[in-house]
Parts: sequence; structure tokens; C-alpha cells
Amino acid sequence: MSLTPKKITERSGLVVNPVKTCQPIGAMYAALGINKCLPHSHGSQGCCSFHRMHLTRHFRDPVVATTSSFTEGASVFGGRSNLNTSMKNIWKLYNPDVVAINTTCLSETIGDDVGSMIASMDLPEGKTVIHASTPSYVGSHITGYSNMVQAMIKQLAQKDEEASNEKINLIPGFVDPGDMREIKRITKLMGIPFTMLPDTSGVVDSPMTGKYEMYPKGGTTIEEIKDSGNSKATIALGSFASEAGAFELERKCDVKPYVLKTPIGVKATDEFIMQLVKITGQEVPYALEEERGQLVDIMTDTHFHFHGKTVAIFGDPDVVIAMTEFVVSLGMTPKYVVTGTPGKEFKQQVDAILEDAGVEGVKVKNPGDLLELHQWIKNESVDLIIGNSYGKYIAKEEDIPLVRFGFPILDRSVQSYLPIVGYKGAMRLIEKISGALLDRADRDATEEDLELVM
Amino acid sequence: MSRSAELGTLEERKDSILRNSKQEKKDLKCDQNSVAGAVSQRACVYSGARVVLNPITDAYHLVHGPIGCASYTWDLRGSLTSGAEVFRNSFSTDLREKDIVFGGEKKLTAAIDEIVEAYDPKVVFVYSTCVVGVIGDDLAAVCKAAEQKYNIRVIPVQAPGFAGNKSTGYKAAGNAILELMDTNVTPLKKKGINILGDYNLAGELWILQGYLNRVGIEVNAKFTGDSSCEEIMRAPQAELNIVQCAGSMTLLAKKMEKRYGIPFVKISFVGIDDTIASLRKIAQLLGEQKIIDNVEELIKEEQAKVKEELEFYRQRLEGYSAAIYVGGGFKAISLIKQFNSLGINPVMVGTQNGKKEEYARIRDLTDEGTIILDDANPTELEKFMKERGADILVGGVKERPLAYKLGVAFCDHNHGRKHPLTGFVGAVNFAKELDSTLNSPVWKIIAKESGGE
Repeated sequence: MSLTPKKITERSGLVVNPVKTCQPIGAMYAALGINKCLPHSHGSQGCCSFHRMHLTRHFRDPVVATTSSFTEGASVFGGRSNLNTSMKNIWKLYNPDVVAINTTCLSETIGDDVGSMIASMDLPEGKTVIHASTPSYVGSHITGYSNMVQAMIKQLAQKDEEASNEKINLIPGFVDPGDMREIKRITKLMGIPFTMLPDTSGVVDSPMTGKYEMYPKGGTTIEEIKDSGNSKATIALGSFASEAGAFELERKCDVKPYVLKTPIGVKATDEFIMQLVKITGQEVPYALEEERGQLVDIMTDTHFHFHGKTVAIFGDPDVVIAMTEFVVSLGMTPKYVVTGTPGKEFKQQVDAILEDAGVEGVKVKNPGDLLELHQWIKNESVDLIIGNSYGKYIAKEEDIPLVRFGFPILDRSVQSYLPIVGYKGAMRLIEKISGALLDRADRDATEEDLELVM
Repeated sequence: MSRSAELGTLEERKDSILRNSKQEKKDLKCDQNSVAGAVSQRACVYSGARVVLNPITDAYHLVHGPIGCASYTWDLRGSLTSGAEVFRNSFSTDLREKDIVFGGEKKLTAAIDEIVEAYDPKVVFVYSTCVVGVIGDDLAAVCKAAEQKYNIRVIPVQAPGFAGNKSTGYKAAGNAILELMDTNVTPLKKKGINILGDYNLAGELWILQGYLNRVGIEVNAKFTGDSSCEEIMRAPQAELNIVQCAGSMTLLAKKMEKRYGIPFVKISFVGIDDTIASLRKIAQLLGEQKIIDNVEELIKEEQAKVKEELEFYRQRLEGYSAAIYVGGGFKAISLIKQFNSLGINPVMVGTQNGKKEEYARIRDLTDEGTIILDDANPTELEKFMKERGADILVGGVKERPLAYKLGVAFCDHNHGRKHPLTGFVGAVNFAKELDSTLNSPVWKIIAKESGGE
């Protein structure tokens, strides 16, 4: 039985099947990208439990965070004593190098000033505490990521009078560790020294050793974050998740910011690499040229599989914007583009891509939800859906193939280890997209129409 | 060395952990709020209320709060349905900053209006969340106004996350269910039984229902797994309540006893022994000789069906050690018995929300030296699994990767279970699942890599 009415009605109070979640989980994810950091959620224990559950399901790795465990008393008298007790217990029991505190809707609404609470605490020698204000009723999980990145820079980065450290700062955005590894690999191939912050590779994709490490090897070190103020430039990948941090560093330490798209597809990857070239004067090594050539070769070999295929894309703004550009470059027609994260820039950026490609009649919506996307599809279907696991309900009901992409993926594995960014990531996406389309063609082919060679 | 230092844990936590000793009888501290700053595996009031009510298949579950509360609980566990699919959607008011400042009642009213307009619902549950509890929206008034306007049930579920723990949420859900039951004032006619606290994960309720039907017991209503609102409304006419998940449903059963005069019995269909005991207990309570005989017949038949397979797995599993970390004490007890019957020794047993009498029972059932713990954190789980040499952990979603990282096998006996673990067939599935993880070749690779074995 379908629950989705075909008739679309205006809604002012109701969100059905969201394409976003709340700030604190984004802040928690960003905090996991700091070396030996324990994220701490200043609010009720349910929030922390839900965030850990969700991240654990996506990454299939242990995600550890603590909570102030608010009770009725704390919500009346404020959370100061809960935070003090928490910090005492954290140092004693878990001994991280850094604690990154995020607030929740509860602690924000009762007016807890976490900054001043920390200022009046005695920290043990060599320990660091940072904090970000992340009320759940503002923005989305992407905003929370952005706020935590901004907080780590604002509270830690410093500029020494000495000369620049010649490094480039890379803010990767809310992407998988596999993507962060790929961005680092490309930068290394260029021979450019860099700091990625935050960096969850080696944390939520840590290897099996038979030993549980509460603080795995990965993550940006405190020293590196401090030193980011001495870098030559910052490249922020994805304006929604990353530009606030880059601009903060410019304000604080005069490090020049460059805001680019998440490097998904040939064009956005070219732009990323060219930006590196412009800033550093380094040459593009043959290894990267070769990869690019391979990608274009693949796109040529397969272009007829994609041409004119219609697609619905939903998910987080930065990756959805970049994905829209990529599918357009494959000759596909994006028909619906949706994110739940608010912010005018989304429509501007997507519209610019579509206008550039001469694609018309595309429905672009933010903030939108999956009910509306489903209604659009019911009225006019598409050949493919690209989005997170929540797309499977629509995919199943409407019998449309789904390519899983973004966050969260709760029903498939391995994706967080492998990239969708860079030339290699684009190859992987082509394999996924063409695989989905051709599997469908095979499935739908009558016996006499089944082709061996496609 | 102090006792807590010996256990490598917080002073505040020391009374929540004990090493089973037959000589020294000491009660475990439980039913407390988590220690601030601990990595608690527990959830909140809202979470407790939502997991209990969510499986009601044709109800509209509207979360009044910021988006997170709705998105993390969207279709969060595999409750199967034979009817409506409404509950697998996420409805929320997605409160924004201006709603927090000016109040969210208007938005809530609009959201209910929009649900009514689009879907023609019969029952809407409206959940309050932390922030709603603080800004003081009058949930009850908004719901009442909507009930009058549309002549449907709009039931408030008071569940601000901070106002207690998951058990408080169970209570809120129970109150909402009672509220729904009071919709009809039809004359009471005693017939059939109600099944309480089976959430139909992987279709478990259907197995239980099948057994009852076979022996001639009519199921009047089941909640909340695979239930409809209408079915819950007719629950008051049953002659007996059987309670499967004791943690979430005992309080409701007690209230139903008081209000409708329906007696209740706690049962467990986890494992062969408990299944047999439960079937017999239900038959005895109903008192009909025919049913009592049928139950014996069914037990004989079903046991014969699974005997060979269980023996096959027993041979493959005997000698392993297990750690248990589950939500409630009642389930932990069933699991201990089931492990014992498979020749597996439980060396660590913990629960998130166990009760005092349950922990006493756990002490009786386990060996000297078994670690028993309440509201444990990952550090403690790791420490005691290692120390006691557990080969497998039975737990929930957050424990799975922890076990794997330790090179320990894992079985999800919580929301994430994929095969029914109820009744006779469930006992075989459980053994099969233990075998598939304990005897997986992957552990050999890990052992080789970490230089062991």
C-alpha cells in the first residue's frame, strides 16, 4: 500500500522523511577527526546514544563519545555541575588528549554557556578542551560539522611571527574517510605538504588488529591544528561544511581561503588540482594525468549508457551539488535535486551548473524532504535515484534502481573505505551508476533482447 | 588496592559491577541514572517511548521537536508488519530557532492538520522531546483541540529526553496505549489473550502467535508488534495478558490488571526451556484441559523437529564462552539458560536497565567469578570480555564493532536481529547464528595476524 499521495499539498508544519539530521552528530563526526579526541555531548544521554548508533551503523566501526547525561535537575538549574563531573570522570577513566564538546537543543535552550564553564575549569597538564555551539534547531548535521571545524580553528589555530610553514590546509567536508584518503593521496602525488583537518581516516576506518584502540592512530593532531595558522592557504571543499572554518582562519591568522566544490567528477577534481597548482606552483605529475586520461577514456567508452537518462539526487548539499555536476558531465539529466539542509547557496550553485549545461526544467529544493521527492517521482518518474539508504523505500515502491551515496548508508558496507572523490572516485561512481543502469536493462530485457555485449 | 581500582573503573561505578561469588551475597546497584561523563550505552525517555509505540503499524508517529529525534528513530528496528506501513515513515515538526523562541504549538497544530488532510488518519501519537519540555508547549491542549476538530484520536506522549531514562519512556508509552484502549467503551466480553511486549522483530510474533493458534488459544490483541490501533482498542476484553518483554511492558500489564481486571503472566519464548515453560504456564492459567493437552502435543512435535539440528550445533558450539550485554534483565536470564543448554559458558552478563530481582536471578544462574554489570560502558565491556576470555558477545548495534575489533564473535539479540530467535525454531536460528559467527574463518586470519593461537 502506498502511503505517498500523488497530489502535492503545501506544508508549513510537517516534515516527512527528512534529508537531514541534527547538528550535534555532525559536530561529533568532525571531532572524531582530531587525534586522540573524545567527543562529548552536553545534553541528555539519548542524543549521544543516537549519534553513536547512527555513526556506528554507517562506518561499522566503534564510535565512542561521552555525555553530560542531563536529568530533570540539570534542565532546571543548568548543566554546569554535570559538565564538571563529566570532565572529571573523562580524564580519570578515558584519558583522551582532547575533549570536543558540542551542545544540544536542551543545553542551548536553557542557556548554558559552555565556553565560560570551560574557562573556569582546571585542566590537567597537556590536555585540551574545545567546544562548539550546535543547537539541533538550527541548520543540519552539516552545519554542526561546519561549526565544530570552525571551533577547532578559532580556539586552537595560531599564527607565529615566523615564516609560513609552506603547507596547504585541506578541509575535506562531511565525507567518508575513503574520500579523505584520496584527497590526501592526490595532494601527496603533487608533492605538496599539507594538513587535513579534520581527518577521520584511520579513526572510523581503522584496521583490524585484534586489539581495541579507543583512540586509533588517525586524526589531525593538536599541533597540526595549531600550526594551521601558519599555512600558506586553506582549501575548503564544499561551501556548506567547510567554508566557515577557512574564513575563520583567514580572520584569525590571515591564511588565504579558497572555497571549492567537493571534488566529485572530472571538472571538480580538475579545479581542485589546478587550485593546488596555482597556490604552490607545483606541476601536475604524470600519475595524475594518467588517471585523468583513464577517467576520460572510461567516460568515452560508456557515454552512450548514460545519455538522456533521468536521475533524482538527494543528500547533503556539498556532495549533492558536486554530484549534479558530475552526472551532467556524463550526459544524464538531473530531474530532481534535493537536500534537507537550509541555505540559499544550494539552489544558486545547482542552478549555475544546470544553466551552464543547458539543462532546463529541473526541480531543485532545499530544504526539502523525501515525501515531496517521492511525490514528484510519482508524477513523473526517473531512471535512477542517487542518494543515501533512505532512498530505498522510494526505489522499491517505484521500481527504480538506487545508487547509494552520501550519509548515512545503513544497508550496504565497504563504501566508507573507498573514494567517490578524485579521478579514481569518479571511476568508481561510473562503475556503480552504469552497473545499476545495465543491471536494470538486463533484468527488463526479454529473452530475445538479452545482449551479451553492452 | 581499592576494589574499583582493581576493576579499573570509576569509583561511582564500582557498586554497579560485581564478580559473582556464592559466599558473598551483595546486591548490584541498578535502576540509577548514568554517571555524567561516562560512555553510557543507554538512550533517553523519548527513545524508550518511541521504540515501544513505533511498531503500531497504522498509527501516525509525529515527533514534536528538532529533526534529530525523528531522523534517528526512523524505521529504527525491523518490526515486521502484515498490515499497514505507516509506521515506517518519519513525521516531524522539525522545530527551528524561531519556534523555540516563540513556541512550537502553532507549528504542531499545522503539522497535525497536514497529516489529517493528506492521510485521513485514525490515530496520531504526538511525542514531546527535550526542548519541548523546556519551552513549555502545551502538548495536551494541542492534541485535545485536534481530537475535537477532527474526531480522531490524537494522543500526547510526554517524553522529554532528560526526564528520566528509557524505562520512564516505556511508562509514557504504556500510558499512551492505555489512553488508546479507553477510546471504546464497549461492554467487556472476556475472550482470548493479549500478547504484550513482542515487537515482531524478524517476524517473531508470528511464530508465537502460530503456537498459540495451534493449541487453540485465541489471540485477542498483540502489542505493539504487527498491531493496529483498532486491535489495541479491543485489548480490554481479553482474559489474560502474556508479557514477553518484561522491561517495557510489565507496568502496563499491572495497570491493565487494575483497570480491566486482566491478570498477567511474564513469559519468555527465548530458548527451548523457557518456551516450554511459558506454553505450559499459559495453558495452566487458562485452565482448559484440551489446551493443556494440545500444548504437550505441540511441545513433543516441535522438540522432535529441532532435536537433531540443535544437537548438531551443540557439538559445534560446546566449550565456547559468552558475554551478554542486552537491554533488560529478563532477556539476559533467558539467554543464560539458552547458552547453558548449548554448552556455552556465560562469563560476563550485563544489562542496560536490569532490575534488582533480575540481577539476583542472574547471580543464581551463573558460575562463580562471572562478571555481572549494570549500565556498562565500552571500556568495562572490553576489560571484562578480555579478562574472562569471551569468544562471543551478544549485544546491540553499538557493541557489534567493539566485539569485532577485539576479535570476538557477535550476535545481535537486539533491534538489529535478522532472524527470528523466538520459540523452537528460534532456538535453532540462534544456534545457527552463533555457529556462523563463532566458527567463521575470519577469526583464524585475525588470530594469525595478532600472533595468537
